[in-house]
Amino acid sequence: MERIPILRIGDLLLVTIQVDMHDRLAMTLQDDLTERIVRDRAKGVLIDISALDLVDSFIGRMISNTAAMARVLDAQTVLVGMQPAVAITLVELGLTLPGVKTALNVEKGMKLLGKNYV
Amino acid sequence: MSNNIVAQRLSALITQHEASLLSAWTAELASKTFRSDEASVQRHTRQFLALLPAAIATGGTEDINHRNWDEVRNLLNEISSQRAKQGSTPNETATFVFALKQSLFAMLRGELGQDATLLAEASWAVSTVLDQLGLYTVEVFQKSRDQIIVRQQHELMELSTPVVKLWHDILALPLIGTLDSARSQVVMESLLEKVVETGAAIAIIDITGVPTVDTLVAQHLMKTIAAARLMGADCIISGIRPQIAQTIVHLGVNLEDVVTKATLADAFVVALDRVGATISRKG
Repeated sequence: MERIPILRIGDLLLVTIQVDMHDRLAMTLQDDLTERIVRDRAKGVLIDISALDLVDSFIGRMISNTAAMARVLDAQTVLVGMQPAVAITLVELGLTLPGVKTALNVEKGMKLLGKNYV
Repeated sequence: MSNNIVAQRLSALITQHEASLLSAWTAELASKTFRSDEASVQRHTRQFLALLPAAIATGGTEDINHRNWDEVRNLLNEISSQRAKQGSTPNETATFVFALKQSLFAMLRGELGQDATLLAEASWAVSTVLDQLGLYTVEVFQKSRDQIIVRQQHELMELSTPVVKLWHDILALPLIGTLDSARSQVVMESLLEKVVETGAAIAIIDITGVPTVDTLVAQHLMKTIAAARLMGADCIISGIRPQIAQTIVHLGVNLEDVVTKATLADAFVVALDRVGATISRKG
């Protein structure tokens, strides 16, 4: 079964989404991520979507939900690497993802979480 | 009498009297203060009279959209679009064709004066054709003007949406002119592209040059800000004039989630503070 890898960097977790999302994959990701946040005592989660050219309302909601779950487990989520076209589409769809922090790339995302690893 | 015979006769007469028609026509055009240089008038009138007889003979006088009128229509296309670019009025453009009427009628009266029926038929045919051709020139003229307007709009759009880098990580977007949907789309795209290119963390949207802010403009601004935020860049709105502040409140537009400043200078200080820089006076 395909999975999205979750990488650990210090007390951060890095999730890079590179494939098309579907229900099962999203569920697996949320299971794995919450599991890892608890196990690794992670303080921050970076979700990198720079490889996605297309984000629909499903993925948008999935990201919002994941961020909310992480917040319950006391981890900050930062969404990084959104493409301009994706940003415009999401805004037109009315999905402005309130409550999710954003950054231009992984490096800036880490800075935002107060962890300067670079 | 069939239309075809009239058309054939008419065509033959025009060919026969081409030289005299040409001089009468140009004289008529000159008397009607037809603004154009001599050479192109001469060339166009000669070409037109050369093409007209064949088109009448083969294409008939009823419908100038007929295939056999193609050459005449192409010529008129060229003349009208040229005049549109030179800034002539539609009136002047149509005069080019209508000025031929009088000379044609005079010629018909001279040739067919003794045959009243034929004269009437031929006059009707000439009238129909020239009216259609005249209207056609106006239509083409209008189309060419529309193209010019579209092109100018395009140029204006490119001119009016610069994104400038003020400092490391700080962008400024001075908006000038009314924001409609098409423009705000361009603004949004150029801002986001610049954010990716420079890695900016803050963008200042200056609306000093925006004459009015209604709910639609405010919505466009909020969308732009939301899109920039999704890419990790915060926005500050600056250059809000007193009247605009009043309008925004009266319209009930919610700008509470956005940092707003009265002037670009104030916004710049806030932006510098966010990126960890300060400005100080020497000494």
